[in-house]
Amino acid sequence: MNDHPLVQLTLVRIREFTREPEAIFWAFFFPILLTAGLGIAFRSQPVDAITVVTSDPGLAQSLRREPGLRVQHLDEEAARTALRTGKAALLAAPAPGGGVVYRYDDTNPEGRTARRLADQAVQRAAGRVDPVSIDDELIREPGSRYVDFFVPGLVGLGIMSNALWGLGFSIVDSRRRKLMKRLVATPMPRSYYLMSFLLWRMLMLAVEVGVPVGFGALAFDVPVRGRIADLIVISIVASTAFSALALLIASRARTIEGVSGLMNFVQVPMWIVSGVFFSSQRFPDVVQPLISALPLTATIDALRAHMLEGATLVQLAPQIATLAVWVVVCFTLALKLFRWR
Amino acid sequence: MAADRETAALRVRDLHKRYKDVVAVDGIDLEVRAGECFGLVGPNGAGKTTTIEICEGLTAADSGDVEVLGLRWNTDANALRQRLGIQLQETQLSDKLTVLETLRMFRSFYHQGAPPEDVIALVELQDKRHARVMTLSGGQKQRLALACALVGEPELLFLDEPTTGLDPQARRQLWELIEEFRRQGRTTLLTTHYMEEAERLCDRVAIVDRGKVIAMDTPGELVASIGAGHVVEFPADAAIAVDLGALRGVEGVRDARAEDGSVRVQVVDLQRVLPALLAEVRRQDIPLTELRTHSATLEDVFVFLTGRHLRDE
Repeated sequence: MNDHPLVQLTLVRIREFTREPEAIFWAFFFPILLTAGLGIAFRSQPVDAITVVTSDPGLAQSLRREPGLRVQHLDEEAARTALRTGKAALLAAPAPGGGVVYRYDDTNPEGRTARRLADQAVQRAAGRVDPVSIDDELIREPGSRYVDFFVPGLVGLGIMSNALWGLGFSIVDSRRRKLMKRLVATPMPRSYYLMSFLLWRMLMLAVEVGVPVGFGALAFDVPVRGRIADLIVISIVASTAFSALALLIASRARTIEGVSGLMNFVQVPMWIVSGVFFSSQRFPDVVQPLISALPLTATIDALRAHMLEGATLVQLAPQIATLAVWVVVCFTLALKLFRWR
Repeated sequence: MAADRETAALRVRDLHKRYKDVVAVDGIDLEVRAGECFGLVGPNGAGKTTTIEICEGLTAADSGDVEVLGLRWNTDANALRQRLGIQLQETQLSDKLTVLETLRMFRSFYHQGAPPEDVIALVELQDKRHARVMTLSGGQKQRLALACALVGEPELLFLDEPTTGLDPQARRQLWELIEEFRRQGRTTLLTTHYMEEAERLCDRVAIVDRGKVIAMDTPGELVASIGAGHVVEFPADAAIAVDLGALRGVEGVRDARAEDGSVRVQVVDLQRVLPALLAEVRRQDIPLTELRTHSATLEDVFVFLTGRHLRDE
């Protein structure tokens, strides 16, 4: 069994990968570093108080009742300097006739927030009563933070780039070295050669998906609300689609430079539009059907719905079907075009 | 696999192949007998590699007929691949695999064959069997490539330039392996542009030039066919006027040519011709700074047939 050609060819794939330390770094540690970095940068935290300045003691007292403001009571010159240098978002000064003047930059969101909070504090101190009673309900639950949005995107991105680079490079490298031609000169069934790449990708998936999902869960409480079995199915279908795409991209290229160019040409647009870092809904409605037909969009949408909303495979049928079409079309074309020497 | 000298392991008839505007093979006929070592000899670009790759089923011919072990590529490719051993000219095996892993992979493709460990011992890479391919020397890599061709215990072995780029010692090691294969009664077709390699290894050679076979026989017969046992060579740069016609007129001289700043004279035998030749040199007032002679080789056969040297192309 160990000497079955498919086993031997798959072992070759694994050996070639694990004996390349850089490949392991980019495939496994880089996603962890990225998740950790972004998770920390966008962590949920109480909003900082906004600094406002005033030279009037009465106004300072009124403003201090608002917890969202940090009030500094300075002399007039120091207050103006603080505003000008951005150390304060707003300067409040008494106006003739009992009024108040707010000096702030209305193009700065912090300035506008300061204006609202300061005015509310001033008006309430003067005796205004709000006619409607208000309660705030804060959402900082796992599942709706940026890190929750980002981890499924990163998993999808990882499946795509590992399949494309891993497969594309090995195939073109072995063509360039005439190793592929040498293998074709043996009785090796050609389908085994291609299948060994798919099997290798399946084995790698456990790590490629497991590492970022596990790290997200441990470090940031990123939820996995769907069934694990469903996550495995989504990952396998997605990985097969990207492997087929990689076979197609690498079917003719003879040089690493050539295949790299094609890889970037295919991947970069998906990095931007498929919702890895921000929602793909931000693009105009006309292009939405096009965007959702892309394999990375389908993968990330499915992963996000599964992990964050607990969607089942039945609910994810449109995405799975999209990926299946990519598998069939790319494989068929790749087999037709594939250059075996 | 006992060799029957009368049956052909390989028959090629009227083979043609062109690449865009270059005619690579222009009507080649060959017959390699079972059990012999046959050499395709000629300069780079003569069409040797194209011919051998058509025989290996890797390149399609434009026209002509190829019969390998009584089978044909378009109908029996899978059965044929099981029975052939092939070494390509410039395969780089995977750097990160070890010698043993590489051979186990190749062995897995064949229904029957030798255990990888045995083949490693045969090519004397036992010490290196757990070494990665990237750490091997050129000669060791070439021996591993040969081991990959042998691991399926082929009846017919194709070797394309098996010793190109190797140092003399590594080359001799490889020659011994190829001779051992032939001693087992199995058939080899090899290409080379080293004449001494062809003379040492091959029972018969075909000299190929510009896509055609220009001579085919045993190395000994080919050398004898030019009727000149020896070659006399002396330097003569362009500033020196040499009357080649007069040199050719000396009795026992078969041919005289000037090239690359030296004059090469093919003579029937040294003892009789050399004195007369030297007298002619003195008569022409050619300053003689150096004089070399050697027994005629396949190289001289090629020069005799084409007027060109093998290696400068």
